[in-house]
Amino acid sequence: MHAATVPHAIEMIGVTKRFGPVVANDGVDFAARPGEVHALVGENGAGKSTLMSILAGLYHPDAGVLSIHGEPVEFRSPRDAIDCGIGMVYQHFMLVDSFTVAENAILGARDAGIVLDTASAERDLARLGERYGLKVDSRARVWQLSVGEQQRVEIVRLLYRGAKILVFDEPTAVLTPQESADLIRTLRAMAAEGFCVVFISHKLDEVLAVADRVTVLRRGRAVATVEARTTDRRALARLMVGRDLLPGTSRSDSMVPHTGKDIRETILEIRDLRANGDKGLPALSGVDLDVHAGEILGVAGVAGNGQRELAETITGLRPVTGGRVRVNGTDMTNRPPGDIARAGVAHVPEDRLGTGLVPGADLTDNAIMRRYRRAPLARGPFLVRRAAAVFTDRLLAAHDVIAPGRTAPVRNLSGGNQQKLLLARELAGEPQLLVAVHPTRGVDVGAAETIHRLLREQQSRGAATLLISEDLDELLALADRIAVLYEGRIMGIVDARATDPDHLGLLMAGIAPAAASA
Amino acid sequence: MTQPQPAAASPEHPAVLRLEARAAPSQAVAVLVSIVSVALALLVGGLVLLASGEDPIAVYRVMFTGAFGSRSSLAETLVKTIPLLLTGLGVGIAFRMQLWNIGAEGQLYLGAIAATGIALFVLPDAPASVLIPAMVLAGLAGGAVCGAIPGFLRARLGVNEIITSLMLNYVAILLADQLVHGPWRNPVGFGFPGTEQLPDAAWLPRWGTTRVHLGLAFGLVAALLVWVVLRRTRWGYEIGVMGGNERAARYAGMATARNILLVMAFSGALAGLAGMSEVAGIGHQLQRNLSPGYGYTAIIVAWLGHLHPAGITLVAFLLAGLLVGGDQIQMSMGLPAAIAPMLQGTILFFLLGGEALGRYRLVRRSPSAGPRPRAEAR
Repeated sequence: MHAATVPHAIEMIGVTKRFGPVVANDGVDFAARPGEVHALVGENGAGKSTLMSILAGLYHPDAGVLSIHGEPVEFRSPRDAIDCGIGMVYQHFMLVDSFTVAENAILGARDAGIVLDTASAERDLARLGERYGLKVDSRARVWQLSVGEQQRVEIVRLLYRGAKILVFDEPTAVLTPQESADLIRTLRAMAAEGFCVVFISHKLDEVLAVADRVTVLRRGRAVATVEARTTDRRALARLMVGRDLLPGTSRSDSMVPHTGKDIRETILEIRDLRANGDKGLPALSGVDLDVHAGEILGVAGVAGNGQRELAETITGLRPVTGGRVRVNGTDMTNRPPGDIARAGVAHVPEDRLGTGLVPGADLTDNAIMRRYRRAPLARGPFLVRRAAAVFTDRLLAAHDVIAPGRTAPVRNLSGGNQQKLLLARELAGEPQLLVAVHPTRGVDVGAAETIHRLLREQQSRGAATLLISEDLDELLALADRIAVLYEGRIMGIVDARATDPDHLGLLMAGIAPAAASA
Repeated sequence: MTQPQPAAASPEHPAVLRLEARAAPSQAVAVLVSIVSVALALLVGGLVLLASGEDPIAVYRVMFTGAFGSRSSLAETLVKTIPLLLTGLGVGIAFRMQLWNIGAEGQLYLGAIAATGIALFVLPDAPASVLIPAMVLAGLAGGAVCGAIPGFLRARLGVNEIITSLMLNYVAILLADQLVHGPWRNPVGFGFPGTEQLPDAAWLPRWGTTRVHLGLAFGLVAALLVWVVLRRTRWGYEIGVMGGNERAARYAGMATARNILLVMAFSGALAGLAGMSEVAGIGHQLQRNLSPGYGYTAIIVAWLGHLHPAGITLVAFLLAGLLVGGDQIQMSMGLPAAIAPMLQGTILFFLLGGEALGRYRLVRRSPSAGPRPRAEAR
């Protein structure tokens, strides 16, 4: 296409959106051309999601103008945005599991008519898939597909409906490295065909690999739009946080020396652990693991290979169907979650708002969840509200949680601050074992840095940590040993200092290299 | 109240009114919405009254003075406040935990049955200082059992408590019917379905010459108790967490199944106390149609009171006034029997409607500023 003469695909001028006293977008200017991949980066709470929600017709801006292909528009609902050719690919796919791919594609297409013409949809999908390298079996049912395949279905479905502008919200967060590379190729191919692609991500390496231009948001404002060719990770990070990152805190090989490492008592002992997933099928098929005091044991694996089930069985949220879990030598298999927490086990769950926090409750009620049974917060059957407030204020101050106040609902905090609050609460009790699942997922660079520091502090304090993550860089930087889960089994346990992403990648794919042992 | 809207309406197209969700409904808006709702309800009710040849102003005046205008009418309103308050508190605390206890009516009946049984057959000769506390406990226990059954089924087996609590209403009401027609029927009651009169010691003391009885104190103490439980106890905190996110409650180590059972029992106990106080304070016997549906009205009381004990107390009083005022226009003006329920229904309809719509606002928006026609869509 002819980018120079064609109007901008998206042009937002002076867009402002307030939520009560919080200004999520403060006069943001954003423009993306047809035929380019335009990345949108920024810390959590910087206003990326709000800006894209305005583009998707979910929110109405308080001020500002939105133009699509040069024409001013005002969206009253997501339907209006879809009709304008805007397609959103969220992290949680908007697919009906029990429908086929073709049926999902037709779903919601307005002029589909009364009779479902799945045959022609299947032909169209095949043609689109061929063209953009998005091959999917259009007769397969969605639940049969892997996460990467489902994402491809989301994309072809949007193309099938005629979307010309595609917005991806952290699309690689759920993908394997191989799938991420495929996606990046697809996005480049689509840009070459004249689509406008907006790519939201925290991973700056990916952003630089895929984008033509990058717009950086900071605290609700667009601080810069730069050419990807002329910038680097460091420059982008500085724009995002407004300061230089401390060297060696985010990604580095520096290890905190372990105190009490010589003792090496086993805190968590798992033997032949078995459990079922949500659909009742075996998700853990005989896992053996030991985590020692002062150790971070990383668990790597492609999503859905038993990571969540492993964390939930250890913390008592999911029934164990076989095997043993011992904490400090005490059998904790199938004990209630409260008993396990009292035995010194803290848990940072995968979905913080779904499991770890009460979104509609205020900061205080969320902060005291592990403490409300004990003095000074409890006095007999009563809850001492003043003590709860004092405890909460201390927690927020100590961990630099940014919030409008402790009576604000947790829902209104940014993802990074929610996670800091959650971690602060879990660590306040000085646990002997921390089970952390994707602790930095969806969290901005600054908060990730804080979380990594907290995990290292646990290590030097002599606590055991089971760190489940899909971010190999994070695991390699933090963990002492890395166990790889594949289809509910441990494929191998390796020394983090003696391995590399390629070796882990093979294990994650279920291929046991001859030398994979530790 | 309205935030600035972008001026995007183009002149050649007329602007339309649209509903848009409010970000955070303010206190002032809530009050305003209630006032406007009542005014609209009176207007619509007035039109119907005019159409049937009545003077709406006169009817409304009689209705108001009949409910709040004199010492004796105020007393009658307080009498009806008691069961609405107790049942409203009961369902309110269950709703706080996302438990839909629709069974307050049956729990009220079971409380009344238990209290009557104690007074007539267990402790007929006991003095008031023994009998009344015993009846209170029996009423609480009766309601608690009736609430705990759906609670148990929900906690242990995941059975939907809406269905089971609703069905138990019929069981409890028919059990009362069976008793007053059969084994417990007053042998000298001339065939009227009702038990013997309770012994004098079982009658709740009344306030002067009015029918306002000690049950009012039960209600007010219960309201205070519920407030203390919800705001100041660990159990109340657990109720809040469970209502907000049951998974998080399990994660935090709360005994979720036990709490479901306990809250349903507590909820039922309050409704059971309402049944006991109706029997001991007003009827002085167990009879058919003990309650004109207090346990159902309680659901409206709880929601209009925003599930807050103070709000529930206020709404119970106002709705009681609506019931008493409705009776008044029927009795003193000789209006058709259908008029009073019609007015009550209209007022409730607008109040609940206003409650729901108060979360939205009307905005002027031009239809032309929307997206272009489906040129891009296939």
